[in-house]
Order: sequence, then C-alpha cells, then structure tokens
Amino acid sequence: MHHTIVIGLETHVQLLTKSKLFCGCVNRFNPKNPNVQTCPVCLGLPGSLPVMNREAFLLSVKTGLALNCDISQFTKWDRKQYYYPDLPKAYQISQYDLPFSHDGFLEAEVEGQGVKRVGIIRAHLEEDAGKNMHDETGGSRDSRVDLNRCGTPLLEIVSEPDLRSAAEAKAYLDELKLLLNYLGVSDCNMQEGSLRCDANVNLHIHGDDGSNIATPIVEVKNLNSFRGVEQAIDFEANRQLEIYQETGRKLGDPGVHKETRGWDANRSVTFGQRSKEEASDYRYLPDPDLVPITLTVNEIDEIRQSLCEFPADRRRRFSTAFELSAYDVSVIVNQGAEFADYFETVAGECGDGKQAANWCTQDVLRELNERNAPIGEFPVSAVALGTLLAKVVANEITTKSAREVFAELLELEAIEPTDALSKIDQIIEERGLAIVSDTGELEGVVEAVLAGNQQIADDFRSGKQGAIGPLIGQVMREVKGADAKVVRQMLIEKIGE
Amino acid sequence: MSIVGSTTEELLGQLASGDVSCVELTSAYLDQIAARDPEVQAFLRYDRDDALQQAEQIDAKRKRGEQLGQLAGLPVAVKDNMCTKGQPTTCASRMLENFVPPYDAHVVTRLKEADAVLIGRTNLDEFAMGSSTENSAFQVTRNPHNAEFAPGGSSGGSAAAVGGGMTPLALGSDTGGSIRQPASFCGVVGMKPTYGRVSRYGLVAFASSLDQIGPLAGDVTGAARLLKVIAGHDARDSTCVDLPVPEYTQSLNEPLSGLTIGIAAEHFASGLDAEVESIVRRALDIYTSLGATVKEISLPHSRYAVATYYVVAPCEASSNLARYDGVHYGFRAETFENMIDMYATTRGEGFGDEVKRRIMVGTYALSAGYYDAYYLKALKVRRLIREDFDRAFADVDVIASPVSPTPAFKIGALVDDPLAMYLQDLYTLSANLAGIPGISVPAGTSSGGLPIGLQLLAPAFEEERLLRAARMFEKGGE
Repeated sequence: MHHTIVIGLETHVQLLTKSKLFCGCVNRFNPKNPNVQTCPVCLGLPGSLPVMNREAFLLSVKTGLALNCDISQFTKWDRKQYYYPDLPKAYQISQYDLPFSHDGFLEAEVEGQGVKRVGIIRAHLEEDAGKNMHDETGGSRDSRVDLNRCGTPLLEIVSEPDLRSAAEAKAYLDELKLLLNYLGVSDCNMQEGSLRCDANVNLHIHGDDGSNIATPIVEVKNLNSFRGVEQAIDFEANRQLEIYQETGRKLGDPGVHKETRGWDANRSVTFGQRSKEEASDYRYLPDPDLVPITLTVNEIDEIRQSLCEFPADRRRRFSTAFELSAYDVSVIVNQGAEFADYFETVAGECGDGKQAANWCTQDVLRELNERNAPIGEFPVSAVALGTLLAKVVANEITTKSAREVFAELLELEAIEPTDALSKIDQIIEERGLAIVSDTGELEGVVEAVLAGNQQIADDFRSGKQGAIGPLIGQVMREVKGADAKVVRQMLIEKIGE
Repeated sequence: MSIVGSTTEELLGQLASGDVSCVELTSAYLDQIAARDPEVQAFLRYDRDDALQQAEQIDAKRKRGEQLGQLAGLPVAVKDNMCTKGQPTTCASRMLENFVPPYDAHVVTRLKEADAVLIGRTNLDEFAMGSSTENSAFQVTRNPHNAEFAPGGSSGGSAAAVGGGMTPLALGSDTGGSIRQPASFCGVVGMKPTYGRVSRYGLVAFASSLDQIGPLAGDVTGAARLLKVIAGHDARDSTCVDLPVPEYTQSLNEPLSGLTIGIAAEHFASGLDAEVESIVRRALDIYTSLGATVKEISLPHSRYAVATYYVVAPCEASSNLARYDGVHYGFRAETFENMIDMYATTRGEGFGDEVKRRIMVGTYALSAGYYDAYYLKALKVRRLIREDFDRAFADVDVIASPVSPTPAFKIGALVDDPLAMYLQDLYTLSANLAGIPGISVPAGTSSGGLPIGLQLLAPAFEEERLLRAARMFEKGGE
C-alpha cells in the first residue's frame, strides 16, 4: 500500500490599488490607526452604494491573463451573505457563478523534479472584510472591530487539486507570488495579510490489489506563511493516513463531509473547526446595486498587449541573451521584477552578462540582505554599478579595485545618479586605482625596486621562480593601478637584461 | 390670494414678485402643520426654527440679487428614508430611531442646491414596507380627507402632507407603488420615475432593483418641477443612467397630438371597485374628447406581477436589511447571551412584524435548494413582464389604468390580512418590475368623498411624455 497526497490551494491576494474596491477610501495597511480609512460605503451605512474601482478590475484581468485563464466577456457581482462583526453590510460583495476568469494554469519549477503545470479553476475579485480584535488581557472580553481593511480589493485564485507534495505547493506559491510581483498586482506581504492561503488536502490510497481510495477532504484555513502551508500539508497527510488506518473512513461515505481545520503555527498542528454540514448557507444573490461588466474581445486583447514580461519568459530570455547558468538566472529573476530590471541595466551598461550576474547575485544581494532592504532602496544605482563594471570589462581597473569603489559608493548612500558617475572617476583618481599599463611610467619604479633588491634578482636568475613575488608586491604598492601581470613581465625582462 | 392651496407656480410667482417672502410662505405652511398634523400625523419631525432659518437665508440671497435655484423658497417635505446629514433618518423603525447619517442623500443635496426649504421628515411604513403607513414604529398617519381612513403607503406621510396642504411639495420613494397609491388616496399627483432616472445614493434601500425616488405635488406642474431638480446622473449610484434631463415644465402645456392610450383588459378584471372603474373610464372619455385614441392592449403576464414582486422584493430586502445587526450603529438589544444572541435579539426587538415577515420570506427564497425555484424563476417572469410592456408600447404612447383596486380603506381594515394589503399594489408594481415610469393624477372622488387617481405609464425615460399626458388630462378636467 502506498498513497498520493492531493492538494488544491485557494489563495487570497490583496491588490495594490490606490483606493478600495467599491469606494474612494485609501487602500493601505494601517493597523495602528483603526477605522480612519472608512466612509459611508465601506462602513455599510444605510443608503450608501458601491461603485466599482476599474483599476482593481483591470489588475485582476491582467492576473487572469497571466495565469493563462479564459477571461469572461460577461461577469457580475454577487452578495455572499453571513453575519460577522467585521462585515458591516452582513454580506461580502464577491463573484459566485460567473467569475471574471476561469480555466488557466501556472507552471512552476519544482526542485529536482522539473516544471510542474498546475491548473487554475478560477480567479475572482471580491472585497476584503475588516478585522476583529479581541483583547484578552486581564480576563476582559473586550472585542473591537477595525474596518480600515474592509473593502480592500481581494483576488481569490483557486487551483485545481493538481499538487502532489508540500514541495510542489511551495513551488506553486513561490511562482505565483513572483508572477504577482512582476505584474505589480500585489506585494504579497504575508505578515500584513496581503497574501493568505487555504489548502484542500486529502490522500489517494493505492492498495496492493490495485484499489484506489480517497480520504475525506480537509480544508486547512488561514495559513499565513509558505512554511505553514508546507507543514500543514505534511501534518494533514500523516494525520489522515493514521485516521484512515484506524477507521477506514473514506470520501463519499455516508455522513462524511468536508472538514474545515485551522492551523496552529506554534504547535505545528491542525485543529478541528467545523464540518461543512454545519457550514452556513451563503444565500448568494446577484448584487442589484452593481451593474454587470462586459468586455469585448478587443478590450481583452488590449489588456493582453499591455502585459509585462512574465518571470518564465524572462528566465528564458536572460539565459540566452546573457549566456547565464540556469542557477544564476533563477536567482536573479526570482528576486522580483525590480531586481531583474536592475540586473538587466547593469548587464547592458557593462556589456558583460556574466560579470553583471556575479556582482548582482553576490555583492548586491549580500548588501541587500545585510540591510534587509529591497533593491529599490539600494544606494548604488544600476547605471552606476554598470559603469563601474564596464571599467573592469575594459581592463581599466581591477576587480579588486572595483570592490573598493563599490564599498565607497555604498557608504555615500543615496546620491544623484549623475553625481555617482563622476564620483566613480573621482574615487579611482584619488586612490590611484587606474590600471597602469603604460610601461613608461612603470619602468622607473621597476628599475628602482630591482636596484634595491639585487640579491633577489640574482636568486631569480639562478632559477628561484618564486623569488619574484615580493618584488611584484613592492611595485604594486608604489603604483596602485598597476596590473600584476604587466609588472611581472617587466620585472622578468629587466632581470634578464 | 392665500398661500396654502396655491400651486407651486403661483407660489414661485409670488416669491419672485416680492408679494410674499420665503419666511412668510414657510410660516404659513408651518402654521398649517401645527393646525392639521396633530390629527393627520404626516410628519415624524419638523423644526419650525430650522425651517424659518433656511427661509431667511433664501430671502437674504434673493435680496442680495443672487441667482436662486429652481425651487427658490418652496418647502419640500422628505420621506424619512432619505439620509440628511446631522439629522435622524429613522425609516420609521426602532432599529434606526437614533441613527444620524454623516452624509446627505443625492436628492437632499439637489434640494439644497435648488434653494428648497426642507420643512420636515414624513412618516412611512417601516423601511417603506406597506401600503397604509400603519407599519410605522412611531405613529399612524391618517388620510387628510377623512381621518378614519388610511393615506396609503408607504409614502403616506408625504402624500398626506401635500394632500393636507402642509407642504406644496414632497419626496417619496416607490418600490411597488409607494408613491402612486398614497398620491391617489390623498388626492395629489405622485410620480415614480424610470429606474435609473434619479440617484438612489442615500435612499435607505428596501429592494434595490425596484426602489426609485419621486415627487409628490398638488399638481402635475409641481411634480415636473421637482423631478427636474432631483433627476440626472450621479456617479455614486452605478444604476443611475447618464441621460440628459429635459426641461419638463417647458413642454408641459403642449398637448400630445395624436395621443394613443392603451388599456389592458387585465387591469379591469374582478376585484376592481366599481367606483374606481367608472372614474377611470370617465378619464378615458376626457382623453377621447381631447382627441386621443384609446386602444385595447394585453399585458398577459401582469397576473403574475404580485407573486413575482413578493419574491424579488423580499429577497433583496432580506439582504439589504441584514446590516441592521446592532454591531456598528442603530438599535442594539439591552440583554443578550452571546454574539449570535445579540444579532437575534436586536433584530427581533428592532424590527416590526411586516419587516420581519418579508425578511423571512426573502431568506427562505434565497436558501440553498430554493433559489432556482423562487428567485431565479421570479427573475424570468420579471423579464416576461417587461417584454409585455415593450410590445404594448410599440402600439400605444401611454397606458392608462386604475392606481389601486379600491379608494382609501379604513385605518386597521387590512392590518391583519397581509395578502389583501399586498393586492393594493396590483396595478402599480408592474412598473417597478419593468423599470418604467408611472404617475398618479387625481381623477375623481368616491361617493364617500375620498380621492381616486388615474395611473398613466410610459416607456423608460419618457417622463416628459408621461407628464404632458398627465397635464393634458389635468387641464381637460378643469
């Protein structure tokens, strides 16, 4: 007997729009000042009416297209009705039977496994709820509601149950997050709740007799980290296997319903919440306050034309255009669109993709990690770094010298890009880092050094090849930008004269 | 010439000529309210000082020679389900007894811009659900022509206020006949515009796809003037249509030559009071004498209108009224066990019987397993009803019918018979289902001395035609 884990993911992504989905309130994470980003519409006051934010809808359609979905030419809004204090209208405006997009897929690279294609059942747009806060201190039962988040545009992306392991789920989420980053749709900040995930998990148990039995489906709710998703999947797989071995209960048995479980990140276990039998009936109703949205084929094509380059395409292009290894390409592209743009500018400026890749994946990334800052806040602009590296490529300075300049640029912090370029020349000049291949200038120094070290010269002549090392060092201390190879060659020639 | 009882055009003339000031005019109406409203109970609230202050400002504006709005100095009463910033908007419900909106409804903004005097807030059936204004949580409004009789509803307060001479103009809302039926009962003109003609922003929703705000006035010209002020596009209501608003009062007195009036056999079937029928037939004779042609039409699906309406409206109402849960604003029960109990107790105590009845019907009809059989089926029939009208209007310009099957009924006569109460809207609610405009104009008086109206219906956005046809009849009967 062996088994397969079957996983489908429902991902909720907050969209990076200026205003909320159905009103003009600012869309911003702001937990410190509750209930300041509200108006009659998102408070659900009597008489208020929603008006759709076209920007949010456009971003959603872009995402649908990027997920290879069919975009519906007719889509509408429905009210999903339930009572909860963070939902002031007692219904959430969502999309029920006619989502704006459906039937797509996303391809993700799974480590050691190759590319995995994951089906997308649908992606639809809805409004986020507010947030309840329960103050449990001092035994008080004080509950408060913050409606700043209420009405934030939320994209729900539902995958097919195509995932077969925690690693595949992680790869899917990583690629989805990256795609949303490239599209500029969401920052996917899980701490701030801008990306939330529910996982549907069950097992297909294959008996030695060729039988194939599915265990009841469990929905694990509110996973707030990718690590949590992986852990919850593995935990559920083990738990469901044990229960199946104990009880033999399977999907479709009378009385077996879909179960909803929560994830306890502290104890790394799932815990029972409710079964679908007790679940509420949402009494979906087409929202009569909003008009359906129609899109023509031409309009959909126009949106398609406006799409950016997706991560997968960028990986392909980088590896051919810059002759980079698959590893380097992944490191660069997976950092996000801004970082990939940064790399591309550096590579363009210096004309050497490999050089640019080495610097970006090592020097730049290390600095970013130390600063815990995004590339957008990096003090050395891509043009400045590219200009610097161009000097290395042109053999004007050594790599070592370039690191020295880079370090100094970092300390200067943010300066105007144009200033940075003159600054680079200034540093090279001040520190005398320019490679001195002009033998005329070197000649005098080489002769002086030899004159003061006749013994070493004699040793070299008598066959001690290693004796020349200290002489090279001495010359290079005198002439900072000297190229070691040139110096060595000159010394050998002079000794031989 | 006395103020109370004058038409809006006469009043505007007197104000413009300086024969009467806005303060004098407003005082006269406030005096009439003080005299009559203790009996009629049309107003839930009015504030003499506040109204006079508004009037003073308009007089001052006129004195300074400033350009005045289209209602310059005319009092307008507003049904208490349209939000007014800083003033209670109760919907005649305990649930919103203490609710003070932080914003103005679109129509209230328009009234202020037009220099109207907002004279007071009128009574209604709770959340506009009813046909007699008896479902108010606060008071029962009486018919100004006979206090033993109901004024109709749900805009009974607005209709009784105009009918009782307590204001020249009022706003009502009409979801299934809630402007036209009380207008008929109180002897005034009441109009439901096309769905989408007037912004619903700030109108507390009952059934969003049917609700529409409209004018009540002593005559057709007054209604036309008030409609012009409130109609037009508002980006805050997605269902509000961006079409130009004609100058209704300018064309009003031009008779429609070659007018063809449709009458549907379905509107004269059993259940229609004989007096009502004879008054409608006499009205048709007047039209014929004015050169109009009367043509028989058929509205075959109108027999399903009441059933369709009482699925669609409660479904939307159950959803729209779910927000009154005691969490964020409005009434909250004093004692409860837990969160679920707080919801249940708050809603149990805060809503009246009729509202609860409709919420339960709507909740049931939208429940899993029933949705297709009720809501979806009702939407299909609704489309058939609309198509009936499309076909009819291919042959006729307007459709004439009774407004309601009977003249005003006695207070209390139907309160224990919800179905009989629902049938009051038999002839009016098709217009809401089809989204077309309808008007009720006074057409006669019953043997008991109660007014009876004539209903005219026109195709969507043909308010101008509708008003001209109504004015033609009004003038012809003078």
